[in-house]
Amino acid sequence: MYEIRIHSRGGQGGVTAAKLLALAAFRDGKYATACPFYGAERRGAPVVSFVRIDGEPIKIYSQIHEPDLVIVLDTSIMDVVDVLQGLKTDGTVLLNSAHPLPGCNGASLHVDLTGIALATNLVVAGSPILNTPVLGALAKMGIVTLPSAEKAIREMFADERNVKAAKVAYEELKA
Amino acid sequence: MLTIATGNKAVAVAVKAAKPGVVAAYPITPQTEIVEQIAEYVTDGDLESRYVPVESEHSAMAACIGASVAGVRAFTATSSHGLLYMHEMVHWAAGARLPVVMANVNRALGPGWNTWAEHTDAFSQRDTGWLQVFVGTVQEAYDATLMAFRIAEDERVLLPVMVNLDGFALSHIMQSLDTVDIGDFLPPYRLPHAIDTENPCGYGPMTGPADYFRFRWDIERSMRDARGVIAEVEQEFRERFGRSYGPTEDYRCEDADVIVVAMGTLGKEAEVAIDRLRDEGIRAGSMRLRWFRPFPDLDLAGREVVVIDRDYSFGFGGVVAHSIRSKTGIVPYSVIAGLGGQEVTYNDIADFVRNRRPGEETWFGVNDHV
Repeated sequence: MYEIRIHSRGGQGGVTAAKLLALAAFRDGKYATACPFYGAERRGAPVVSFVRIDGEPIKIYSQIHEPDLVIVLDTSIMDVVDVLQGLKTDGTVLLNSAHPLPGCNGASLHVDLTGIALATNLVVAGSPILNTPVLGALAKMGIVTLPSAEKAIREMFADERNVKAAKVAYEELKA
Repeated sequence: MLTIATGNKAVAVAVKAAKPGVVAAYPITPQTEIVEQIAEYVTDGDLESRYVPVESEHSAMAACIGASVAGVRAFTATSSHGLLYMHEMVHWAAGARLPVVMANVNRALGPGWNTWAEHTDAFSQRDTGWLQVFVGTVQEAYDATLMAFRIAEDERVLLPVMVNLDGFALSHIMQSLDTVDIGDFLPPYRLPHAIDTENPCGYGPMTGPADYFRFRWDIERSMRDARGVIAEVEQEFRERFGRSYGPTEDYRCEDADVIVVAMGTLGKEAEVAIDRLRDEGIRAGSMRLRWFRPFPDLDLAGREVVVIDRDYSFGFGGVVAHSIRSKTGIVPYSVIAGLGGQEVTYNDIADFVRNRRPGEETWFGVNDHV
């Protein structure tokens, strides 16, 4: 089983990213669950979502305490949340950042999702959309296939700019 | 069709297939996306139903009662405080022998204010005469909702059914869901004792001391008959759609020395704990209790039993633990865990079994030895 924890801020689309990822994995023919951890949600507050992917039906409903992959959609969260907590020793971190960040050694990947969203004009209510481009990065990492990522995005969003941004993220991530 | 959906969506899709004549719901918190999704179906023309947004849950159940008395299939959904607010009408629906179906997203009761999973809301309706089923997966939320209408409307039952799913843990998780063409599994329904709306007249349903108990006994007789009806409907469902359900879902119980009994998502996650324990050489099994009313006969003879209660009856104990003690004579190890969404992992459940103390009660997170 592959376990993913997504850190974001309320309103950034972390919950939708989890759903998109589960849907893409499902389109790859795997079992997947996506579960947001709901708290006292409000815009800007740190939120966390969980995705599990496996070849067998998934019976686990509790939170992910030892993720294989941690995704950080907003690196400013790292000042207030220990995003690396419980990360497996051979685990991976994927950061929304134009540069690698100190303190994230080992298998740390980064891609400028915010820059991609702005360049693609993928902006809603003044906020760049991160949840569709991140799927492209995850496809590059081999978590899901690119066709399934595109399919999942199209199932949830009509705007083709979402697919375009995912493809750009796929190209830009150096995995 | 195989897709991926939340527990809320699964219930709504099942209700769409069941084609209720009336859906009544209070549309504001603690309401769930179930009725939001159904409202969309009605607005988009995908479900031909009278959708009645009401001013309270009490009125939602009253509207379902009115619709049901007039003869049509009726549905509502609620959660936690909403269920408590309709309590009087919950009794009435059963007493009037109306096959209303309600989805209840199990959530804790305030204060302290909390919106996470707990079963005390449903158990507080224990003595109303409603059948209650608790589901453990998104697929089961869909399947149980379809079967709920058939069971409720069977003339040997004619009692309302509550389909319970864990708040957030199941209502908001995305899992695979296989939806089916239900064919004539739920034919158009007409209540046998419907009022004649063409010839309106008034009745005073006063029932004196010489008769009232007969009506109560009739509810209990139907509850007893419901066990067989549930089994029949679940068997027909298996034959038609290939998915199998029973009063409990048993996992590796055949040769088990110790059996974990739990409900809802904890009962499903317990299966992962059982695999871990088996790897250590502990012969454990799990029994996920699906039906709470009517309470099934459980085959636990000769086993040690660990009961996880996601509920509590203050001044008495865990509701499920005491139900099992009362029904089987077995004195279980009673663990109170998961209240208000308290995090309980399969590792914790395995620990409950490893550290079991038969006859004792433990509050997870309070007592030291768990």
